[in-house]
Amino acid sequence: MGKKLKTKAAPEQRAGTILAAAALAVLYVFLFLLDNALPTNSFTVMLIPVLQKGAIFALVCVSMNLLNGFTGLFSLGQAGFMLIGAYSYAIFSIPAEQHNAVYQYFEGGIIKFSIPQILGNALGVNLGNIVGAIICIIIGGIVAGIFAALIGIPVLRLKSDYLAIATLGFAEILRAFFQWDGLGKLTNGSNLLRKYTNFHDIKIQLGGFIYQLDTVFPFLIATISIGIIVLLVNSSYGRAFKSIRDDEIAAEAMGINLFKHKMMSFVISSFFAGVGGALLAMFQTTVQAAPFRTSMTYEILLMVVIGGIGSITGSVIAAFLYIASSEWWLRFLDSGQFMDMSVPFFRDGFRKVVFSVIIMVIVLFFSRGIMGDKELSFAGMIRKFKNKKAKKAEAGKEVDPE
Amino acid sequence: MSEPILSIQNLQVNYGGIEAVKGISFDVPEGEIVTLIGANGAGKSSTLRSISGLVKPRSGKILFKGEDITGKNPTEIVSKGITLVPEGRKIFADLTVKENLRIGAYLRKDDISEDLEWVYSLFPRLKEREWQAGGTLSGGEQQMLAVGRALMSRPKVMMMDEPSLGLAPLIVRDIFSIIKEVNKQGVTILLIEQNANMALKTAHMGYVMETGRITMSGPGQELLVNEDVRKAYLGG
Repeated sequence: MGKKLKTKAAPEQRAGTILAAAALAVLYVFLFLLDNALPTNSFTVMLIPVLQKGAIFALVCVSMNLLNGFTGLFSLGQAGFMLIGAYSYAIFSIPAEQHNAVYQYFEGGIIKFSIPQILGNALGVNLGNIVGAIICIIIGGIVAGIFAALIGIPVLRLKSDYLAIATLGFAEILRAFFQWDGLGKLTNGSNLLRKYTNFHDIKIQLGGFIYQLDTVFPFLIATISIGIIVLLVNSSYGRAFKSIRDDEIAAEAMGINLFKHKMMSFVISSFFAGVGGALLAMFQTTVQAAPFRTSMTYEILLMVVIGGIGSITGSVIAAFLYIASSEWWLRFLDSGQFMDMSVPFFRDGFRKVVFSVIIMVIVLFFSRGIMGDKELSFAGMIRKFKNKKAKKAEAGKEVDPE
Repeated sequence: MSEPILSIQNLQVNYGGIEAVKGISFDVPEGEIVTLIGANGAGKSSTLRSISGLVKPRSGKILFKGEDITGKNPTEIVSKGITLVPEGRKIFADLTVKENLRIGAYLRKDDISEDLEWVYSLFPRLKEREWQAGGTLSGGEQQMLAVGRALMSRPKVMMMDEPSLGLAPLIVRDIFSIIKEVNKQGVTILLIEQNANMALKTAHMGYVMETGRITMSGPGQELLVNEDVRKAYLGG
């Protein structure tokens, strides 16, 4: 065993943190330029929505991973909680004067105010939109969390498959419930909610100039949310979650209150799913319950599995790759031509065939996902690089095999 | 004999519809090693599980330092100072050795660095493997980790469920010498074992359980030479 033992708070760790911060800064500068300075062409027109949606799904995947990967609770209610988040967000941010138009079949609805608008009167339109949107997003998360707490009481006593079935059923019930006319004054029945604050309304005024924050905003919310989840996973609560995943009985024997910790993980995961749902509402500019079906949960689950169950960086990478390939990179397969040549079988739907094959290949050959349960970190890369260097230096001498 | 730290009175436990423990009473004196021996299905594990709060007893009383702790949940019981080393070790395979140990101290709010050092001094092997995933340890090392993890809660009473299960004889000897060492440092131990020979040699006091009842009791050395015990559990 020539393997060196890792020590914590090593210089690599510090260097890694600095590098990560620098990379984030570069990313945000790029996003800001993308929103404001870069020319609109066929490339950026695809890049912006893919980045926005990627950030949203990265957050939702990480929230699902907290529950499924770190706490070992196999729940399939993600789309349901996103639905709650999306609706809560939209309901509170539709401008007052638009209520009659949006709720045209329900006498203008029962909520007659708009949080971004109220704040806009006090803070100015742009700042009001930003702060109002953030407040509405948080409301979306909280409502999703409350629903999770309520259904968690019966559902979290179930194990593995039964928990999955129960949460899946719950999400489906919710979808029907939100389309029910009886709730129309709140949810607009099966009609669209629209005209609320979306990504394009998020702008900031600095010294006479108005800057767009279309892409910066979802990234900011996703970064903060994922950051909170990372802190949680690395805290003593996170350790307790992982111990429950590894062995429930032993965790209980150590004095860990199983129900309390499962509930905590479930509520927090649902909160962030709700936040993701609210962002998705902003992205889509309209909300309807119908698309929040089981297949959306499966899509999220697929991203989590591709990234690696129990890996946060894996989930993030997988979400961006998945969204980019399904919405952008494989589009040419539907276009009927390739490199200016006409290819007859490249027609509508062929993209999905290729995509399915790619997923099958991934599942067959990377059965633990891209990252397994490892994390991608700058500190890790530096360590690897150093080890390689050290090995090269020792190559001449005798080294015992690892 | 000193005041009993743990006193079991007329304990009855049902487990999966079967009456596993049919009204047993015994005392665990402070600072001693007490063992329950008996064959498979005698009700030993059910007894430990009900003391640690993992299953609720049907009737009877469990007193810890004179206080009734019957039917309390595991969180309360661990924080009072009774901890269980579960059967089959049950360490957290994907957590590192150090994380496993820190989970053991999960309910404690105070500084645990001293206890970490203490456990590492008892099991130097764990210090070497600090950053390895628990699942990659050998069986003996996993048992050490399970004991170390239990000690991290700084227990007054440590209950051990079959610590020798599935371990090589030499490792079993190591484990029992560690049990003695831990006991010398002031931890009362309640041990259940099928390996009656080792258990009785180590224990101050022994009880023999058969189909949910205690049928014999006495100092460990005495039971070791008892004809009936020899016949039933020691192979001659």
